[in-house]
Formats: sequence, structure tokens, C-alpha cells
Amino acid sequence: MKMSKKTKVVLYVILTLIAVYFLFPFVYMFFSTFKSETEAVAYPPSFLPDIWNWQNYVDAWNAQPFGTFLKNSVLVTVGSAVGSMVSAALVAYGFARFQFRGKNILFMLLLSTMMIPWDVTMIPQYMEFNAFGWLNTLKPLIVPSWFGSAYYIFLMRQFLMGVPKDFEEAARIDGANAFQIFYKIYVPIMKPSLILVGVLNMLAAWNDYLGPLIFLQERSKYTLALGLASFKGVYSQEIVPMLCITVIMIVPPILIFLFAQRYIIEGTGGAIK
Amino acid sequence: MKKFKWKTVTPYLFILPWIIGFLVFTLGPLIFSLCISFFDWPVVGERTFVGLGNYIEMFTSDKQVLKSLTISIKYAAIFVPLNICIALFLAMLISQPLKGIKVYRTIFYIPAVVSGVATSVIWSWVLNSDYGILNYLLSLIGIEGPNWLVDPAWAILAVVIVSAFGVGTMMLVFYTNIKGISAELYEAAALDGAGPVRQFFSITLPIITPTLLFNLITSIISSFQQVTLVMLLTGGGPMKSTYFYGLMTYNNAFRHHKLGYASANAWVMFIIILCLTALVFKSSSMWVFYENEVNSGTKKKKRRKK
Repeated sequence: MKMSKKTKVVLYVILTLIAVYFLFPFVYMFFSTFKSETEAVAYPPSFLPDIWNWQNYVDAWNAQPFGTFLKNSVLVTVGSAVGSMVSAALVAYGFARFQFRGKNILFMLLLSTMMIPWDVTMIPQYMEFNAFGWLNTLKPLIVPSWFGSAYYIFLMRQFLMGVPKDFEEAARIDGANAFQIFYKIYVPIMKPSLILVGVLNMLAAWNDYLGPLIFLQERSKYTLALGLASFKGVYSQEIVPMLCITVIMIVPPILIFLFAQRYIIEGTGGAIK
Repeated sequence: MKKFKWKTVTPYLFILPWIIGFLVFTLGPLIFSLCISFFDWPVVGERTFVGLGNYIEMFTSDKQVLKSLTISIKYAAIFVPLNICIALFLAMLISQPLKGIKVYRTIFYIPAVVSGVATSVIWSWVLNSDYGILNYLLSLIGIEGPNWLVDPAWAILAVVIVSAFGVGTMMLVFYTNIKGISAELYEAAALDGAGPVRQFFSITLPIITPTLLFNLITSIISSFQQVTLVMLLTGGGPMKSTYFYGLMTYNNAFRHHKLGYASANAWVMFIIILCLTALVFKSSSMWVFYENEVNSGTKKKKRRKK
């Protein structure tokens, strides 16, 4: 399709205006983290800081045990992402590559669990984790991932359905068993969808607020998201430290996204088919 | 005795993690949640069976339930169509064959990877009615901005604006679908003299209706479950004008420690979501268009011609 020059200009103008809308809050926030408190809440607002005060970041970081929060966030993020990758790969392989009794019913059940609102299961889960002695530990935020989540299993199963079976036949003739075939042949092929599941889970775990809010009580166990939210309550008078922590909090997910962009876009396409 | 065969168990071994997870983290809690919804169940103290008491209380003495339900429905009624339209519009924009379009695609998606906590910090500062930059920018073009988060009439709209910031996820789902449409269809339409608007309504839109259905259902579900943003942005206020149903359920459980009552709240929400989803599915046969059906239809016709 050929576009006239005029159409192109109009499109670029629209695209740029929208891009400014999406980026502006972030850019404005970034500049404001260097401002003094009075300058950050001054009216009319200024865009660039008068003086670039890097010390703001150090002060904000030391105002609360953010080092501990960061460590907890990393543990939860990595621990649950690895769990999701392992469990989703195993279960998706089971559904995509075998015929067995009850398969269709089980798969329908799996899909239907995506419809259940978390509000329904959060109260019994809270009581369950309490009975396990897991409250106020990071376990409720990590362990369930190791038992598969419907959406990730579905994504990976869709990917596997598109892989031709030929690979497997050759290995089977060589006498490899099902687990060897899975590990040696399929895991390498599944790399793109493994990365996709890992990244989606990392983003979700890093950003999760309600889970930590319900399952964690002591400050020493807080994740960064929960720490920032409680900081918002305590320091609602001071804005600059809060913005500094917010910048620190959003950098990792944006970097992860930029690195894994290709997998996210391709994976989204695969799931719809 | 039958000989034990590894081959018959292998598939079950692969799906075993999910089966355990399903029983322990989903089905078990689901049944348990239904059971405790028939009890007066405080965190500490006596538990008493009240039958349908919690459900009756919800629709008789507790006036907040219907109020919160109305707020959530109002939010969904504004947010769902708005978000779908914006997502579709952005997806069409980033599908255009222009240089550097991928940069725009990345920028539009970035807010979707940022957490609800961070988003609420940023926006409660941007929307602040004393020193917020949004009202300042509006004043530059001669508009007096409302007291977004303080005025009960505007607060719900403020929540919609902030949640629409994360439109990227849905945009991407539409985008991958639109990108997959064969160029031949558009070329043929162009030869027939169809302009871009006509092409959108007679080619793009019908083809993406299954995706539209998917997005519609997921966004209805998520808008009823919206808690994080309201909790951090408005805390349910001002004057409970954004006291969403999900937030009410959360507060009943973890602030007021009424676990049985909150479970009944959650089950009512679940049933509403199920009904709405069923309704959307039912209506979908009228407006969703599946390509396979048409393809098999034309194949049959061709065969007949032979």
C-alpha cells in the first residue's frame, strides 16, 4: 500500500503526540527526582531542576531498609520465574505431546481456572498458608509458581502445538525415554517460549502488590513494591524521596522488557492462534 | 495382575505439578471459600454457621454492597469500551508501514510493564489539584482542571485515566492479530476502490472479532477485580466514590476480619463475572466471525462447482 506524503506527516504527528503522552510522566518524574522538595511541589511547576541534586537518591534509599526490600523482591522474582518456567514446560509438554485418558477434561479445567477471580481464593489461601506456617515468609509468593499457572501453561502448549513431531521420532528410535526426549530435544526448541514465560512472570512478581500486602507483615520481609507503597503512606508529605524509589523500581522491568521485547510480541501472536 | 506400564503413567507424571497445584491452590481454596461463606468466621474467636445469612445481609442491611457494585459496574462500563477503542486505535497506528514505527510500538507498551504501585505514585502527583502538572498544562490552554482525586464526581474518571495508561497489553494483542492479516486482502479491496476506512470496517474489523471477544472478556474480568490502583490512588475515597467492589471485599476480609462475609462478597462477584462472560459468549455468535468457518464454507462451494 502506498501512502501519500501528507498522510505520512499526519500519522507521524499523531504517533508523536501519543508517544509524548505516554513518556511525559516518566521523563517529568525523572527530572523531578533531582529537585528540592519545595521545587517539586511548586506551582507553576518547573520541568528541569534548578540544581541536579544526586544526593536525593542516597537519602531516599537510606530512609527505609530498601536494600532488604530489593533483596526480597529479587528472591521472589527469580524464584517464582524459575518455578513457572519449569512447571509450565513440563505440564505443557504433557498436554501437547501425549494422548491420555481425561486429557480434554483436564485441559478444559485448566483453561477455566483462568476465569476464577483471585478475590475468591485469596481468603482460603491466606488461611492455608497460615496453617502451613508460611505467613510472613516469601514462600506464598514463590512456591505456587512451581505448580504451574494456567496462563503460562496455555502459552507454552500453544507454542508446542506448532512444533513438528519429526524430531521426536528419530530420538525414539535411538531408545531415548520420554523425559530424555523432553529434556534433550524439546527444552532447547522451547527456548523462546521459556523466555516469554520467564519474563512475564518476572514482571508480574516484581510488580505484585496485593500478594505481598496480604502474606507479609514484618518490614524485614517486604518486597520493593510493598515497601514503596508503605513509604507512600508514611512519607506522603515528602514527594521527592518517593519519586526516587519509584524510578529505581521501574528501571528493572523496563530493561527486562527492552531485552525481551521480541519474545513478548511473538509470543502474544502465538497465543491467539 | 496387570503388568505396570511406565508408558501409561508418563503423561500424568508430566502434568502432575499442575494437578497438585490445582488441588492445593485452586480447587481446595475454591470449595473452602464457598463453605466459609455460610459461616460467621472471624479471624479469632467463635465460628458460627449462619446458612445464607451472609448473602441475605449483603442485599438487605449492608447498603455498601449495592453502592460498591454500582461503582464497579460504572467503572467497567466506562473503562472496558474506552480501553478497547484506544487499544485498537493504537494497534492500527503501529501497524502502518512507516519508518521507525517499532520505536513507537515500544514506547506505547512501556507503561504496561510498570507496576500499579509506581503508576499510582506517579499519577497521584501528576493529578494533584494543588501543584499537579496536568492541571497546569490544562490551564495553559485555558481549561480549569477539576480536583481529580478530591472531587467525588471526578475521582472515578481519574481512576479510568490512570488504568488506561496500561493499554499496551491489549494493544499488543490486537497488533499481532492485525499484522497477521494477509496483504492480498487489502490489495484486492483497494482494486475494488475501497478506501482505508472502508477497508478497516470490511476487512480488519471482521477478522479481528475473535480477538475482540478475548479482549472484551479479559477486560471485564480485570475491571471487576481492580483493587491495587484504587487502594493506592484514592483509598476508595473521596466520600467512598471509588470504593470499588473488589476493595470492599478486601477490606471486609483483612481490615474488618470478617472472613465468612468477605467470602460471600467474593462469590457474588464470581457469579456476576460468570454471568457476564456467558452473556458475552452467547452474543458472540452474532458478531464474532471465525475465519475457519468461512474457509470451509467456500471450499464446500468449490467442490460443488466441480
